[in-house]
Amino acid sequence: MQYQWDFGFLMQYKGLIWTGILYTIGFTIGTAFSGLALGCIIALARLSSLRLVGGFVIAFTEIFRCTPVLVQLVWCYYALPMLTGIEMSAGTAAFVTLTLYGGSFFGEIIRGGIISVDLGQWDAGRALGMRRHQLMARVILPQAFRRMVPPLMNQTVLQLKNTSLLSVLAVPDLLYQGQLITSSSYRPLETYTMIAVIYFILLFPLTRFAHRLEARGSH
Amino acid sequence: MNNETMIELIGVQKSFGDFPVLKDITLNVKRGDVVALIGPSGSGKSTLLRSVNLLTVPEKGFIRVGSQAIDFSSTRSLPGDKALAAFRARTGMVFQSFNLFPHMTVEQNVMEGPVTVLRTPKAEAKVIARDLLAKVGLADKATAHPDSLSGGQKQRVAIARALAMKPEVMLFDEATSALDPELVGEVLAVIRSLAAEGMTMLLVTHEMAFARDVADRVIFMRDGCVVEEGEARQVIEQPREPATQAFLSHFHGGLN
Repeated sequence: MQYQWDFGFLMQYKGLIWTGILYTIGFTIGTAFSGLALGCIIALARLSSLRLVGGFVIAFTEIFRCTPVLVQLVWCYYALPMLTGIEMSAGTAAFVTLTLYGGSFFGEIIRGGIISVDLGQWDAGRALGMRRHQLMARVILPQAFRRMVPPLMNQTVLQLKNTSLLSVLAVPDLLYQGQLITSSSYRPLETYTMIAVIYFILLFPLTRFAHRLEARGSH
Repeated sequence: MNNETMIELIGVQKSFGDFPVLKDITLNVKRGDVVALIGPSGSGKSTLLRSVNLLTVPEKGFIRVGSQAIDFSSTRSLPGDKALAAFRARTGMVFQSFNLFPHMTVEQNVMEGPVTVLRTPKAEAKVIARDLLAKVGLADKATAHPDSLSGGQKQRVAIARALAMKPEVMLFDEATSALDPELVGEVLAVIRSLAAEGMTMLLVTHEMAFARDVADRVIFMRDGCVVEEGEARQVIEQPREPATQAFLSHFHGGLN
């Protein structure tokens, strides 16, 4: 192979690349938090004794778990405005979709963490005379949280990867900037290699950290 | 005051689905009395115990513990979270599986009720905890975590945790059933000392000799009904009902 590798030209696109990194990280952190908040609501709704609420939330969750994010993104951006008449910017549509998608997975993780706590713990707290919120805050959540952290980390890793789909809506994330650079430089090999390396550098510490937590949680 | 009834149940009924677990149970425990509930598994004795502090909420009946009473025959709506919590705070309960809080130290376990439920200042709760741990013989384990304790030690911490709420009555749900035989004695000794102090207690147990020696009265249950009730020695040694006789015949090896 006679190809002459040349990564040097990428320096002139430094600004674009930084913007892409910031968008990718920003959307990941932003939708991780909004998704977690939504996930807490979903988990509590599913654990509530109100059948109707539970049923509605299950339906909602399954829709987001059983359709591809890419389809959700495109639907939210192109189809939803036709249905509701509300125009959304690409960024807003992306944020909303990733929040709903992440939230439905986070919700399952949180719910799983809560129901994994031994029923005897609920008995013990109740027998002491704890109110529901005291029981949750003092007994159930501290135990559930330890078990939830590793899967929550893994889901956040997936969330970061999913931000690459935002490029479809022309949100200037890392991948979208890569496409821009490629179309003006005609050097896809270096550009996309660099994009992949940046993703790896961002995610590798995160997956290592999740592994460490899992190892610690298992004994 | 000594004849005051501390626990009063009238016409308590509970079903799990279509299956009646408690059929019209009426029961009284006087202040300072120790009452043992015995019977085959599935007889409803644990459910009965759990309905005394409303961990299991009955469908019908009247339940009174000390000065607090709830009548399930008249109230249409179930008591709310706050009412249930207030009711339960006055009774102590000890479980077969200990149910200590694994994310807290032994001392924090004992402090948890006073601090969170009674809003006792931490320093004061710590003194209460230390005293109770000394009382159950575990003063040196205050800073240990529950998973480093033996079953017998765990159960003694659980008793201290329940006592920290200064309960009017104590409920024991097969407190020694999960213990290795050599650890049963240390837990029974603590229960025995509580009885000597005049604590009102209702206990579900399979320790017939213990029931005979420590309890004032014994209640034999089968199929959700009280079959026989009487003075402890009489029920265990000379049961009147054939069902009680049949049940107790399984234990005679260990009754000496």
